[in-house]
Amino acid sequence: MSYSTQTQAQTEAGEIAGKEFLAFTLGKEEYGIDILRVQEIRGYEPVTRIANAPDFIKGVVNLRGIIVPVVDMRIKLSLGSPTYDQFTVVIILSIAGRVVGMVVDSVSDVTTLSPEQVKPAPEMGTTFDSDYLIGLGTLNDRMLILVDIDKLMSSPEMGLIEKIAA
Amino acid sequence: MTIDMSQFYQVFFDEADELLAEMEKLLLALDVSAPDSEDLNAIFRAAHSIKGGAATFAFNDITEVTHMLESLLDRIRKGEMALTPEHVEAFLVSKDILTMQMDGHHHGSSVDQDAVASVCLRLKALSQGIADAPAAVASPAPAAAPESASAAPVADADGNCVFRIELPEVPQRDVDALAAELGLLGTIGQESLADKRVVFTLTTPESQDSIVAICSFVLDPDDLKITHGGAEGSQSSGAPAGLPLTGAAQAGAAEAKPAAEDPGYGIFEPEKTDAVSPPAVAAPVAEARNPGRRATDKEGAGQESSSIRVGIEKVDQLINLVGELVITQAMIEQRIGVLDPIQYERLLNSVGQLTRNTRDLQEAVMSIRMMPMDYVFSRFPRMVRDLAGKLGKKVDFVTRGAATELDKGLIERIVDPLTHLVRNSVDHGIEMPEKRRATGKSETGKLTLSAAHQGGNIVIEVSDDGGGLSRERILDKAKQQGLPVSDTMPDAEVWQLIFAPGFSTAEVVTDVSGRGVGMDVVKRNITAMGGIVDIRSVPGAGTTIAISLPLTLAILDGMSVRVGEEVYILPLGYVIESLQPAAADVKDIAGQGQVVKIREEYLPLIPLYQIFAIEPNFTDPAQGIVVILEADGKKAALLVDALVGQQQVVVKNLESNFRKVAGISGATILGDGGVSLILDVSALLRSSRQLNADPVFF
Repeated sequence: MSYSTQTQAQTEAGEIAGKEFLAFTLGKEEYGIDILRVQEIRGYEPVTRIANAPDFIKGVVNLRGIIVPVVDMRIKLSLGSPTYDQFTVVIILSIAGRVVGMVVDSVSDVTTLSPEQVKPAPEMGTTFDSDYLIGLGTLNDRMLILVDIDKLMSSPEMGLIEKIAA
Repeated sequence: MTIDMSQFYQVFFDEADELLAEMEKLLLALDVSAPDSEDLNAIFRAAHSIKGGAATFAFNDITEVTHMLESLLDRIRKGEMALTPEHVEAFLVSKDILTMQMDGHHHGSSVDQDAVASVCLRLKALSQGIADAPAAVASPAPAAAPESASAAPVADADGNCVFRIELPEVPQRDVDALAAELGLLGTIGQESLADKRVVFTLTTPESQDSIVAICSFVLDPDDLKITHGGAEGSQSSGAPAGLPLTGAAQAGAAEAKPAAEDPGYGIFEPEKTDAVSPPAVAAPVAEARNPGRRATDKEGAGQESSSIRVGIEKVDQLINLVGELVITQAMIEQRIGVLDPIQYERLLNSVGQLTRNTRDLQEAVMSIRMMPMDYVFSRFPRMVRDLAGKLGKKVDFVTRGAATELDKGLIERIVDPLTHLVRNSVDHGIEMPEKRRATGKSETGKLTLSAAHQGGNIVIEVSDDGGGLSRERILDKAKQQGLPVSDTMPDAEVWQLIFAPGFSTAEVVTDVSGRGVGMDVVKRNITAMGGIVDIRSVPGAGTTIAISLPLTLAILDGMSVRVGEEVYILPLGYVIESLQPAAADVKDIAGQGQVVKIREEYLPLIPLYQIFAIEPNFTDPAQGIVVILEADGKKAALLVDALVGQQQVVVKNLESNFRKVAGISGATILGDGGVSLILDVSALLRSSRQLNADPVFF
């Protein structure tokens, strides 16, 4: 009994301490994803194009011997201009045992948000299905759009993972 | 043609050891009152696999024991018999016997034939439904003891001996495990010595060898001191009258060995000083009486150092790291290419050496994983011959594509399924000579085993020209077993039914096949490798079972071609030639596709830039290059911009992080660190046929 109470207390403490999010920008908007899903952040390298793939799937790159697909969130969400230079950043995500690269405009910082700081996302017609949103994070005068990156990347919409039936 | 079968013995022994250990683990974990059918199946499969392997190598004694074990397990598995503790006990004993037999074949150590016979009796008695026959177990044991001199225990009136087993310093966990294991042999007591070592006192009808065998799972038998304790009373009863010398020598054998090997452990000596006092005499006796045991120890040590089994993921990691090293090395080479060769002569020389070393390293690392299929194929001719002889059939065995290289991990795992399939083909597929003659076929059946790279997969086929599968019998049997079937099922689905656990259409269960476990194992193993099994069968004409395995890590001879900015790899096996056609040889067909006339043949032209929507340098075949490809008996001409080169590439799976892409079978990493995609030639040719409105299905 005492053990379970203790764990509960710990979880509560953890929630109060909040979760850490990696903040990045796409166009003028600021987004946040769970830092635990981020494997590393790299510069953009030339990709090998995949024929007949949707245009937001840039192609595949070699990440230390493994082949990793790269998606450009700017194209996917029609935000910002997809330019590729030495400042273009790729966030390498590790999701459900798979590794995926995600191109964004820039990465700003890692912030800790407590549950009170996370507001539910309003229902509205965004480019983003609100199913993929955890909520909106408020940090002083900044607003982070918190994305459920697991859900988004494994969604059929992204087409990164084959349908289970196949 | 003679084949040195001994090169495969080691593999069999390694596998069998693992299977036996697995079997024991499962047996010990088994809940007797409510056994899990999965566990029972797993035990059964282990026994079956050992049997299959043993039969391949003609270890008939092992086959015999496993066959009986299997019969009994099969009845329990099917629910015809309830599992009792006696069964579990008998299984464990037979597991020990198998280990002993295995050692006998492996190291030439002595095998206690009486114990083997007694286990066989016991298994037989159990499978006939007689509860337990304690007499059958207990009576041979004392008889066995004096005969198998290496055991040298002193038996009391009940055939039990008291052993004192002194362990070296081991963790408590191991001590507990050992105590549990040894407890299965008889009654066990435990005490601790002053230096924290543990001593067991075991009263058991088993021989000393069994104890050593059990302990050797946990620790080195050399560190073990086994003596028969309680010597005062039992010694007189154990030493047969009129043979005092033997009695003393037996005592000496047990005592002198540890004493001679490890004089530091003298804790026991006071008890039996008289027996050990002439060590010069006792030691040679012990040596002579224990030759097998000694040889085993030495050989065992030698074997261990000659090969190690490591996890495949470690090798993978190594290969990836070396791949990175090669790329880094290529980068360094590029950087120094601009340097003045006179000023930096020594640096350039060193880098040149580094290049060679890296290449050698890469080759060596790659060779760890790749093995020719011959490694698997060459075990079969003997097996087929023996099996055909036993069944009175005539079989012509042919292998094709034995040089096809396959990843070692896959090779090792394909052995069992293939063994089952080949045995099945000989047993069920190919008919008896009389029957073949009656149906107008040649008396000698033909069994073909082939391997080939095909469309990004390795396809291994076992094909016979026998009677084919019987749709009616399979459906009847499936209905009997309550499987959901209907009479209108397509053939392909009917064939798949034979993979159901416990499914067999053979009327008689022989030690060759017919239990229906084989196909269950085949399917399971192959699915675990990410492959698929496909059956094609024509009644009266034969059956072909095709195993298709993905090329997760196969090396491919590739030809790199350029289209626009993209470089693709074509598997060289599909490439016949490449050329630049004359403009007059390219013709349009109905404004749709184009054909190219090459050597009096019109081949469909596949413009790669169209399929992959690339901006090419040339759209006119007369300006670009066409590569003539052949797959599945069809030829086509692939239009590309230019040929880049030819190289060996390591196939990387695109699906592990992404998904299947049409027309692409995999990816590879080029020397500059970039990724290049490998074309799926079969798929390209199929799509081209659709393009030209050719009938795709026939």
